[in-house]
Amino acid sequence: MTKLTDLTIAQALEGLAAKEFSAVELTEAHIAAMDKARSLNAFITETPDLAREQAKASDARRAAGEAKDLDGIPLGMKDLYCTKGVRTTAASKILENFVPPYESTVSQKLADAGSVMLGKTTLDEFAMGSSGGTSAFGPAISPWSGPNPAEAERKLIPGGSSSGSSTAVSARLAMGATGTDTGGSIRQPASITGIVGMKPTYGRCSRWGIIAFASSLDQAGPMARSVSDTALMLRVMAGFDRKDSTSVDISVPNYMDALTKSVKGLKVGIPREYRLDGMNKDTEKLWDQSAAMLRDAGAEVVDISLPHTKYALPVYYIIAPAEASSNLARYDGVRFGLRETGETLDAMYEATRSEGFGKEVQRRILIGTYVLSAGYYDAYYRKAQRVRRLIRNDFLEAFRSCDVILAPATPGTAFAFGEKTGDPVQMYLEDVFTVTLNLAGLPGLCLPVGLSQEGLPIGMQLIGRAFDESTLFTAASALERAAAFSHKPPFTA
Amino acid sequence: MAYIQGTSGEWEMVIGLEVHAQVISNAKLFSGASTTFGAAPNAQVSFVDAAFPGMLPVINETCVEQAVRTGLGLKAQINKVSVFDRKNYFYADLPAGYQISQYTQPIVGKGEILLDLADGTTRTVGITRLHLEQDAGKSLHDQSPNETYVDLNRSGVALMEIVSEPDMRSGEEAGAYLKKLRAILRYLGTCDGNMEEGSMRCDVNLSMRRKGDDTFGTRCEIKNVNSIRFVQQAIDYEAHRQVEVLESGGVIVQETRLWDTGKGITRSMRSKEDAHDYRYFPDPDLLPLVLDDAMIERVKNTLPELPDEKKARFIQDYGLKPYDASVLVAEKTSAAFFEAVAKGRDGKLAANWVTVELFGALNKLGKTIDESPLSADALGGLIDLITDETISGRIAKDVFEEMVATGKAAKDIVEEKGLKQITDTSAIEKTIDDILAANADKVAEYKGGKEKLFGFFVGQAMKATGGKANPGMVNQLLKKKLS
Amino acid sequence: MAIDQKTVAKIAHLARIRIPEAEQGSVASELSGILAWVEQLNEVNVEGVDPLASVNDASLRVRPDVVDDGGYASDILKNAPASTASFFTVPKVVE
Ligand SMILES: [Mg+2]
Ligand SMILES: [Zn+2]
Repeated sequence: MTKLTDLTIAQALEGLAAKEFSAVELTEAHIAAMDKARSLNAFITETPDLAREQAKASDARRAAGEAKDLDGIPLGMKDLYCTKGVRTTAASKILENFVPPYESTVSQKLADAGSVMLGKTTLDEFAMGSSGGTSAFGPAISPWSGPNPAEAERKLIPGGSSSGSSTAVSARLAMGATGTDTGGSIRQPASITGIVGMKPTYGRCSRWGIIAFASSLDQAGPMARSVSDTALMLRVMAGFDRKDSTSVDISVPNYMDALTKSVKGLKVGIPREYRLDGMNKDTEKLWDQSAAMLRDAGAEVVDISLPHTKYALPVYYIIAPAEASSNLARYDGVRFGLRETGETLDAMYEATRSEGFGKEVQRRILIGTYVLSAGYYDAYYRKAQRVRRLIRNDFLEAFRSCDVILAPATPGTAFAFGEKTGDPVQMYLEDVFTVTLNLAGLPGLCLPVGLSQEGLPIGMQLIGRAFDESTLFTAASALERAAAFSHKPPFTA
Repeated sequence: MAYIQGTSGEWEMVIGLEVHAQVISNAKLFSGASTTFGAAPNAQVSFVDAAFPGMLPVINETCVEQAVRTGLGLKAQINKVSVFDRKNYFYADLPAGYQISQYTQPIVGKGEILLDLADGTTRTVGITRLHLEQDAGKSLHDQSPNETYVDLNRSGVALMEIVSEPDMRSGEEAGAYLKKLRAILRYLGTCDGNMEEGSMRCDVNLSMRRKGDDTFGTRCEIKNVNSIRFVQQAIDYEAHRQVEVLESGGVIVQETRLWDTGKGITRSMRSKEDAHDYRYFPDPDLLPLVLDDAMIERVKNTLPELPDEKKARFIQDYGLKPYDASVLVAEKTSAAFFEAVAKGRDGKLAANWVTVELFGALNKLGKTIDESPLSADALGGLIDLITDETISGRIAKDVFEEMVATGKAAKDIVEEKGLKQITDTSAIEKTIDDILAANADKVAEYKGGKEKLFGFFVGQAMKATGGKANPGMVNQLLKKKLS
Repeated sequence: MAIDQKTVAKIAHLARIRIPEAEQGSVASELSGILAWVEQLNEVNVEGVDPLASVNDASLRVRPDVVDDGGYASDILKNAPASTASFFTVPKVVE
């Protein structure tokens, strides 16, 4: 029999339903895996006791015939989701001891669906980063680094910012995990660690209770080891929430129905602007192969143009820091979090924020403050918002001639810690293929399609119309079947 | 217009007011926490109001309606699309590090207010805009020697910031503006106008210019002025301070100043030094607020009669003088009281009794019209006794005093004390005959041409009847007897 | 636009982040690098294009005026680094 930790969520639900194993057994297997893989630093806070308690309750529900959609499934929770009574840090020293007295809407929905929370996963501080390297609690290490990742010569990044989630899911520490995606933070780590990551349409999942990075871009989403698992999770996580003014009141379809649909006649757009000079050759090859696989499955592949693509990153690096500079003003040492002493109120603020925020967070706060400040607003922020509209218009135009767009999720494969840290702009380029969707508010799904020459996973991204996640699942499912990616990282717990 | 006489000439004040009016609503602007005044510290605070991580604002429908209602009451333009912005600055009682306000696209645009001045004239002051925003919490600086205490109960309460044009030229006009604005807000039921509890606060923008100039000088903003009297005092102080600076060759620094009630001075506010870079931008947690016509129409249809309309009607229907009418409409409750008294009675007489006698008595007692010891019905009863000649106007004043003191009905007092007017011709004739007989010498003088003595005879007759004789009949009979 | 050391000091203060004078120069060049990169936006013609603040097309949704929150001062204060008698406390502010 397959190890319990190797099962997909869908398989585990079948096993649980058939009484092949209990939720407690499934949870214990994952807790044991977490113990074994602690050096990967996938979790900032582990919650084994809570997990055991939830697993027991799950078994009781199942015995009573009251099992819910994700009953007994052990998941990791990105440490950006506020969890009642469980420390929530955003991977920042400034929230090192913050214990929220409330539960985020999405994590509550997952709990209500019977899932088991294993712990709070590592991330880049306040979700700002593409490597996981900015966490104040140390980075998560990709299980693709080698059979013993923590001792590997080149410790590979698991992507970011949802780095602990990608690490936990790919290393078989959790069956699935939550992520958040502001500029690619679900899709890029999924791509780099060979798992499936889904960023839903902006407004699909409630942002209430999730620590904000850039409010107009942030979206919660699932990460798991199969397209159907992300569909199962999204079905639970999505839905209208009155407490979030940007949540959209639109019904959530049963995504499972979409998985088995044919792609016959589906128009798949290939954006010519995504073919960058110096792009990883393996990535380029797999991109072409993926298009061919979809064509073979009955889809029609068409060329499309997204002319403002190259401006997406500069737009993002104005809008996101601007919103972040304001969103992070609440970390001031008064009501929660770290406080450093200061003679005056201002001295206290400055000591607290300089001590509490890491370098990258400080850098983005400064950029954001600058672009909003008197005299620069029009030249930077307003200009960026206007180009943002052009970027969205590109997609609206493209979707007149196609139903989904196929593109790589990242320009390359995983790099090692320390390799791209010298120049922040180099690091920012990691998000070049993902950030456009956040600016346009569109859904995107990344799934693994193959390995590079060096044996590292490469993911493709499917991009859909707003609130048309179903079509994404249909196309992704077809591609998943055709690509039949079955590689496991050199290390699994 | 009041000019200030300096050593080098006359100076004119240019005054604009920013009023923060607390919206009457049950819950806060963006959260479900209560707005009631006086709760224990931090008892009326939600995680949204305290800006906890991950918390999001959702706007209160009633607050939006109240802003629209106020806009309509100020005859202002209602903007069907408005935008909430973040105003970023750090302060201990501003939990998020930004205030959600409206900057470039407020919910209400240009309007106007008609000032009723003491000399009976009116003057129009422009309203620039009205926008919705959150209140901050409260900092207490005097509770501990080295700490400031912060209470967030007010944090997130809805405010309407109502900004005037720089149209006022004296402290008196500023006072009249605030009184009128407060009256309108109270009529509308959108703000209780209570300056002591801070539900209406005023910032004064003041600059000086030489008489005759039509450009503006550099202005200072005076914050924290929490009564109409203090507004006038602060303006007076600040105007003289600026004139002194200007005349001694100095320049006015544009700054925020604080009115120090204790010392009666304004002083520079240190905590506001980098107040000029608020980094406004549209709040990404909120979408543009779009009002539909039906909602605006519905609010319009429920607007009450407002002070200016009421004043016009009082002048028209009751024949009141503009000044009396404006005094009566200043408070909704006094206007209602007056109308209850005037109903079916002589309006002018009713106005006179309300504005002179009743207001005088209330003033002496330190009471408001809601606490009047006399109901409108009771005062009406007294006026009825004058009108039907049961008592004279002179006696009525005594009866009024008795009513105030004892709460008894006019009719009962007149009855008990036998104050009923004597209208029996033979009784008055008898009294007059006695007086004329006792003052034969004066009768002779009168007849000899000293007509001024007529008043003396009237006085004697009234005195003899204890003031109860009908004065008209006394006059008539005296004339007959003396001719 | 290149940022100088003085500007770094100014925005750092606005953001209440302390940057020692010795580091202001390197922060200035780092930020200048990022700004130089984002300034490629100057190539884009945005004439007649409205700024896009939100991808939601909808209008703001309202909430009824009902008191259904608050009343938990102890939860509000539980995470506070400093408090006295249900107040948050901060270093004394001179207005
Ligand atoms: Mg103001
Ligand atoms: Zn204001």
